[in-house]
Amino acid sequence: MSEPILEVRDLHAYYGHVHALKGISLSVAAGEIVALIGANGAGKSTTLRAVSGLVRPREGDILIAGRSTRDLPAHQIVYLGVSHAPEGRKIFTTLTVNENLNMGAYSLGRAKATIEAHRRRVFQLFPRLAERRNQLAGTLSGGEQQMLAIGRALMSDPQILLLDEPSLGLAPLLVRAIFDTIREINAAGVTILLVEQNARAALKLANKGYVLETGRIVLAGPADQLLADARVRKAYLGEA
Amino acid sequence: MELFVQNIINGLTIGAFYALVALGYTMVYGVLKLINFAHGDLFMWGAYLGWAGLSLVALLGLKQGVWALIPVVILVMATLALLGALIERAAYRPLRSAGRLPPIVSALGAAFILESLARNIFGASYKTYPGWAEVTGSITVVGGVTVGVMQIIALIASLLLMAILYLFVNYTQVGTAMRAVSLDHDTARLMGIDVNRIITLVFLIGPALGGAAGLMVAVRYGSFDFTLGWTFGLKAFIAAILGGIGNIPGAMLGGMILGAVESLGAGYISPQWKDVIAYVLLVVILLARPTGLLGERVAEKL
Repeated sequence: MSEPILEVRDLHAYYGHVHALKGISLSVAAGEIVALIGANGAGKSTTLRAVSGLVRPREGDILIAGRSTRDLPAHQIVYLGVSHAPEGRKIFTTLTVNENLNMGAYSLGRAKATIEAHRRRVFQLFPRLAERRNQLAGTLSGGEQQMLAIGRALMSDPQILLLDEPSLGLAPLLVRAIFDTIREINAAGVTILLVEQNARAALKLANKGYVLETGRIVLAGPADQLLADARVRKAYLGEA
Repeated sequence: MELFVQNIINGLTIGAFYALVALGYTMVYGVLKLINFAHGDLFMWGAYLGWAGLSLVALLGLKQGVWALIPVVILVMATLALLGALIERAAYRPLRSAGRLPPIVSALGAAFILESLARNIFGASYKTYPGWAEVTGSITVVGGVTVGVMQIIALIASLLLMAILYLFVNYTQVGTAMRAVSLDHDTARLMGIDVNRIITLVFLIGPALGGAAGLMVAVRYGSFDFTLGWTFGLKAFIAAILGGIGNIPGAMLGGMILGAVESLGAGYISPQWKDVIAYVLLVVILLARPTGLLGERVAEKL
């Protein structure tokens, strides 16, 4: 197998005085979908925030395509091909849909033709966004805001997309649509690291999964094996 | 009717100055949620630096006349932009993660330093702008209302500066990034936006506009002293709150309304009561709309 596109090595991170990550190691190969599952507060979002530079690791290292990001501020990590659709969507509510997408392409500078090509691709994935391109993002429905968060993250044409709880707060029908879209994005060549509460849907989609508990990885393996694992079924899939 | 039109024009002129200064308060509040108390004193420094620049023109025997104002304004704006960015670096950035109170104390400290420096350097007496830097004469607009040429120049210059800022903030990539930073620093970083650079930019633009306003206010009133930042600057701050602090069109609107109301109050009731009238109206508006006229137009959906 080729060199991993993302490698996290023995990562420790703190939130204030809380030791949030206690030695996380994981690796994501190009083209994969990898799912991080676990309870609230297990450290899933913190792991993503560390990868995109919003949380500084206390110990350990993060490598993007072999390059350490320890000395990089958050705003430079997107230039390595990492894009992060954060928890809670965090769209810019008083900017229009198009302006949100423009911000997603901020790292591309003045490459107008490229940016417009990416915008067309996003509108192909999410035709609803095209209809609402001049609307303020804060007036979109929850599902549309999630589409915008993912679309905005795709505007930088990332190698790897970090998705934090894309299904949160969405109706079941929309959840399925979002997961179908994630598969489509992956099929187009974007590697995906997915954090989800909805463990079953995430593992069905993923090639590989990691199970986090209070800042540690307690289980890892191919997604179909985790789906069949008795402990996972009991703790995360709601089975007796 | 004549009195009304006259007062409206005078009010909008002063209002445009309020608006220019209010923009500095509101932009800093937007990106840092900090009231930059030093801003009023940076504005006051604009008046002094303009005065110093014109004095230098006279001293060096350069050509006197209203055209001398153009290079002086540009120099004043550039100097204050640098001073604003310097204050951010020295007084605010080191306290960025120290909570909300320490930067406020630091801002007040910067304000007092700027004010004391002005008094100690230039003296406590009123300074007067030279008459040669003004265009005398006035033109008659609708039905017997006369407006000074200098006043029209100042009004147009202010509106022009605001229009440029508006276009920059709304139609350029960096301007959009500035609005994004106002909403959410972390998410802006995820986009690749260097938040510190945007903050520096805000501290360059705001004081530059404030400096231009300081010079124009001094020209309009003829004389000023080191308390200008406190008296006039405070009103501009109130204009920013009236419009909805953090909101750029709000600062423009708030400044214009405050100027117009003050001027109408002075004209129709009494100049001694103009502040009372203006502030009663402000309180009424804020009671009806606590976030200001244009504040928080869009509720965040969860």
